[in-house]
Amino acid sequence: MGVSTNLYLAAEGAAAAATTGGIWSEWAGLMLIGPMLAFVVIVLFGKRMRYQGAEVAIGAMAFNFVWSSVLLLLNMGDSGVLYERSLEIAAVGGGLVFELGWIVDGLSIMMYWVVAAVGLAVFVYAHGYMKGEVRVTFFFAALSLFAGSMLVLVGSPNLVQLIIGWEGVGLASYLLIGHNWELKENSSAAMKAFYTNKVADVGLVIGVIIIGITLGSFHFWDLAAAAAEHSAALGPVAVAAGLLLFFGAMGKSAQFPLHIWLPDAMAGPTPVSALMHAATMVTAGIYLMARTFPLYQELATAARPWMIAAGTITLFGMGLLALVADDIKRVLAYSTVSQLGYMMTAVAAGGYTAGLFHLFTHAFFKALLFLGAGSVIHAVHSNNMSDMGGLRRHMPDTYRTFVIGALALAGVFPLSGFWSKDEILATLGYEGYNLVMWIAVAGAFVTAFYMARAVALTFFGEYRGHGEPHESPPIMTRPLWALAVPAVLAGVVNIPGLKLPWIGSFTDWLSVRSVPMGDHHAEAIDVGLAAAGLAAAVAGLWLGWRAFGPSAADRADRDRVEIPVLYPLLRQKYYLDHAALGLVWVIRQPAARAVNWVNDYVIDGVVNGVGALCQRLAGLLYGGVDQHGIDGVVHGLSWGTSGMGGLIRRIQSGRVQQYAGLLVAGLLLLAVVVLFVL
Amino acid sequence: MDLLDSWALTLIVFLPLVGALVALAIPKEREEAVKQWTLLVSVVTLVLAVVVAARFDFGAAAGFQFEVDLPWISAIGANYHIGIDGISLPLLVLSALVVVLCVIYSWQHWDEPRNPRAFLILMMILATGMNGTFVALDLVLFFIFFELVLLPMYFMIGIWGDRTMRKIPGFRKEVETRLYAAIKFFIFTLFGSAFMLLGFLALYFKSGSGGQQSTFDIPELIARGHLFEGTFAWLVFGAMFLGFAVKVPMWPFHTWLPDAHTAAPTVGSVLLAAILLKLGSYAFIRIAIPILPETARDWAPAIAVLAVIGIIYGSLACLAQTDVKRLIAFSSVGHMGFVMLGIATLTEVGINAAIIGMVAHGLITGLLFFLAGSIHHRYHTREMSRLGGNLKLMPVMGGILGFTAMASLGLPGLAGFWGEFMALLGSYQPLPGLSTSFFRTAMVIGAIGTVLTAGYMLWMLQKVNLGEPSDEWAGQEFQDVDRYEMVAWAPLIVLIVAVGVYPKLVLGVTTDAVVGLVESAFRAVGG
Amino acid sequence: MILNQFLILAALLFCMGVYGLLVRRNAVMVLLSVELMLAAVNINLVALEAFWQTSEALGQILAVFIITIAAAEVGIGLAIILLIFRNRRSANVDELNLMRW
Repeated sequence: MGVSTNLYLAAEGAAAAATTGGIWSEWAGLMLIGPMLAFVVIVLFGKRMRYQGAEVAIGAMAFNFVWSSVLLLLNMGDSGVLYERSLEIAAVGGGLVFELGWIVDGLSIMMYWVVAAVGLAVFVYAHGYMKGEVRVTFFFAALSLFAGSMLVLVGSPNLVQLIIGWEGVGLASYLLIGHNWELKENSSAAMKAFYTNKVADVGLVIGVIIIGITLGSFHFWDLAAAAAEHSAALGPVAVAAGLLLFFGAMGKSAQFPLHIWLPDAMAGPTPVSALMHAATMVTAGIYLMARTFPLYQELATAARPWMIAAGTITLFGMGLLALVADDIKRVLAYSTVSQLGYMMTAVAAGGYTAGLFHLFTHAFFKALLFLGAGSVIHAVHSNNMSDMGGLRRHMPDTYRTFVIGALALAGVFPLSGFWSKDEILATLGYEGYNLVMWIAVAGAFVTAFYMARAVALTFFGEYRGHGEPHESPPIMTRPLWALAVPAVLAGVVNIPGLKLPWIGSFTDWLSVRSVPMGDHHAEAIDVGLAAAGLAAAVAGLWLGWRAFGPSAADRADRDRVEIPVLYPLLRQKYYLDHAALGLVWVIRQPAARAVNWVNDYVIDGVVNGVGALCQRLAGLLYGGVDQHGIDGVVHGLSWGTSGMGGLIRRIQSGRVQQYAGLLVAGLLLLAVVVLFVL
Repeated sequence: MDLLDSWALTLIVFLPLVGALVALAIPKEREEAVKQWTLLVSVVTLVLAVVVAARFDFGAAAGFQFEVDLPWISAIGANYHIGIDGISLPLLVLSALVVVLCVIYSWQHWDEPRNPRAFLILMMILATGMNGTFVALDLVLFFIFFELVLLPMYFMIGIWGDRTMRKIPGFRKEVETRLYAAIKFFIFTLFGSAFMLLGFLALYFKSGSGGQQSTFDIPELIARGHLFEGTFAWLVFGAMFLGFAVKVPMWPFHTWLPDAHTAAPTVGSVLLAAILLKLGSYAFIRIAIPILPETARDWAPAIAVLAVIGIIYGSLACLAQTDVKRLIAFSSVGHMGFVMLGIATLTEVGINAAIIGMVAHGLITGLLFFLAGSIHHRYHTREMSRLGGNLKLMPVMGGILGFTAMASLGLPGLAGFWGEFMALLGSYQPLPGLSTSFFRTAMVIGAIGTVLTAGYMLWMLQKVNLGEPSDEWAGQEFQDVDRYEMVAWAPLIVLIVAVGVYPKLVLGVTTDAVVGLVESAFRAVGG
Repeated sequence: MILNQFLILAALLFCMGVYGLLVRRNAVMVLLSVELMLAAVNINLVALEAFWQTSEALGQILAVFIITIAAAEVGIGLAIILLIFRNRRSANVDELNLMRW
């Protein structure tokens, strides 16, 4: 165990000096351990607790929230916080060491806080939402594991621990998506999520191996330092490593074409979706890209066009899918995929701050939207918007907060989404990706359109479902309002050219890092671009409202605006699921069967064949040579002997006089022979 | 304590055998007495192993400790030479532990035709063979222990095994699965052993060529490694390779494994998976590589190819299985493929990967076979199409099954991850002189293998654990994990987590030994 | 020296003995016939000894041996016959096939 001294200081931004953060940093590892401990405690003892373990999970999250808030405040000051601690868990030879530990810097503090803040809101909400559901105890255990794994991931000072957290997140998502595993479609969705991520993990693992062996270390600071120095060792493999890490990130952050698991992941209870989409899962890929940002910035620049391409396809193509979904959670899921495309594109284009800022704001309004959707689903017992409508009268709190979230997501001034989306557009423009920038603007239009559609279909018009929907209990609506506050306000922390007193700006928070890096942050708002983005958003909202709002004539028809080719293509999700299922089918059926056939009939055929051949040969040898040949002689001898004996024994009648007669006859014979023959 | 130091290993090896002989004297009808006696013997053995581990000098893990070297068959120069180093210590402790757990598990779980005394006696003999293999430092001694494990396992499978009739292609009559499996297991292994013995003898005779006395002593043979070169060494390695590869088992010598595992009684499967499979890969590390390092380098690509084929092949074969136990058995082929891939890299990381992979596989697959046995015990079937909703019927057992499956698919933070990850890590940069691009290709294929592994494990979980229980089981009461199972499994679960979170538990012992091994073997080449 | 007469007497005695041995049914008579044959042999031995005049008197010695053995033989033979008679109420050798295979 040792405190690393190999720390660089950020040169850029306001934080000219960094403190270690005192005990808050030295014991920050408690935040990583807490939820993990909660997981174990709930699994073992949760059933006997009053609230079935929910109190432990919420307690651990509340603890994390307080702790990370303190760290956030410390980091906001004039000097940022920078601390790192590692505990060796194994030296494996070849100079490589595996370590566990935690890192406290601007990036990780931001992530700690987002996970804790969103997590706390979701946990509290879930306590209400899950009342009366099956396996509540295990649900909270898995939620704790989910959050804990994410914290292990974002707190990791090295790539190996990152993998541990990374797959832990995958496991927890598997457990939670498949929470109602009695239904096959749920367990299949869980498998799909785990499996798609596992495919992506191959890239991550190989990328980590390349970096680890090349540098002889798994530490992020070594990677960053090597990148900053344009290390000769790392240079030749940087692009490969970068692309492989990105492939891993594509799985977790649902980039095209590995996004297919995310919409299906809606099979899990709604709080899970909220947590997954806001804080604990899909952001992991963006976080990884941000953490390894110097690699892409300095060495793996050739990887960036590919990343931007994937990000751009995701942000636009996946947004379109949200237009045709009927399931409200799927609309939100596709919107998440699309927003992740924004973040990825931004980070890949060099907009470190921009991507993370969008991650930050998105976490709040997307969690809010999901929890709102959950509240609606809780009330109408259906996921489909065709069973909703007119709910604004029945559920005023849900309605208001949902609209706030929708407007923030659409990027309406001055809500948080506007600022972060604008930052991304500005970065793309600054870095010279103009085409991508305009696609992003178009994406903003699509975003606004489907959010307008979702709000209109859910909260306006006539109620189309069954029963009488009621507003959710306060334990569920309070977290909604709690999240609505940052959804509205989070944007102000990073308004270009504006530095808030004692809060500083988001850019400054993040600039406290172990290595300096170049990152553009506009000094003033580009009014033209901001206006374009806002115009796209407003146009989208207006058109969506026109098409699906209550005033729209013959809404049922508009609901089925079926543009030939495009509509079926979107309904079938670009047929990507079919392709993936086809691939799985090929592995499952022909390939696996072929191998099994080879095993049973070729390899085992040879083995059995040799066995059978030996048996036949042995049979031949035994029957032919042994039994009839050698044994024939032996048997013949014995048969002859006994036969002879049978004949001869007749002489032995037991009659003394017969014997004597023979004796005499023999004697006479002898006499004759002696007398006449010799 | 000097007395203990010199006698500890001998006791660990032969105490079970003595225990078995004493158990023979206990009347067959007094089952409880037999069980208690074997438990006592195995626990004492475990305690001794733990004491040895505690007194082990971790600073000098590269050298042999607790050595005993007594003349044995002086006519051929075979000595009773035993000792342990960092490589064998974890395996020895694992072996002692698993035997104890098997005794506890079998307390209440007997396959027909019962007869606990005979079964436990066989288990004790098996323990002697396994422990002996891990401490033997003389080729003759090693060979004897290596072969000693065959007999009890043969009888375990042949007597307590699966009795369903089975039609074997190529044979006229149907045979009982247990007989087919037992004979296949025995003959397959014996086939390899014959070559292995040939190799040992060749080493023995060649070792005398320098004007010295011929020897079977492993450290001595390592020191005389320069005597073995060229075609001779190549052939000797090949002969030993055959012997070890069958035991591992490597593709394509693996087909005895699924049959033996499927047919064996639960405890037999556990011991087979947890310990017996390790004997082959351990022998590679203990004998083949240090004595013939240069030849090992020639053979390494071939081993790597077979290992990688094993990984992919085992995983794909798993996907086609309908029997839970057979699926788990095939998963061993894949996992041992990672172990062998690690060995084939001939690097410190790779061989370390192999050892921790072996330990992890022993813990995880051992537990999986326990679970398969208990599932069979409850449902009287292992067909996945008939199972389902196990998590609903038996939540605790389902939970443990889920946990173990996750460990088996290499979830980071659990024991199985390190073996796979480090094997891939090692193959990125194999020993200098080996083709880097070749091994990197192997690494990528191996990594794809992890995806397939995840595939069949998840699929198995979905089939067995999830969903609604079928009508067949409706209204039936199932006994969830009982006391004996819990006691037998808990140590495995704890160790899987412990090794996963803190791999130093194993690597802390092995790294020095492995570094020493690789350095002395490949010093000439430099690295 | 009249040797031929002794030899002829012995031959006659022997033939009578053989006849009795083969023909008589009563075991005692069979035994007596055997004695007759032995007596014939004794006569031959003594006569031939007297004829050849060997210094060691081998013929007489042999004859004495044979007489002794004959006595013993008759003793045992009669005992066996007595036992058989007791057990089977008959001494008819035709009915005796105890020594059959």
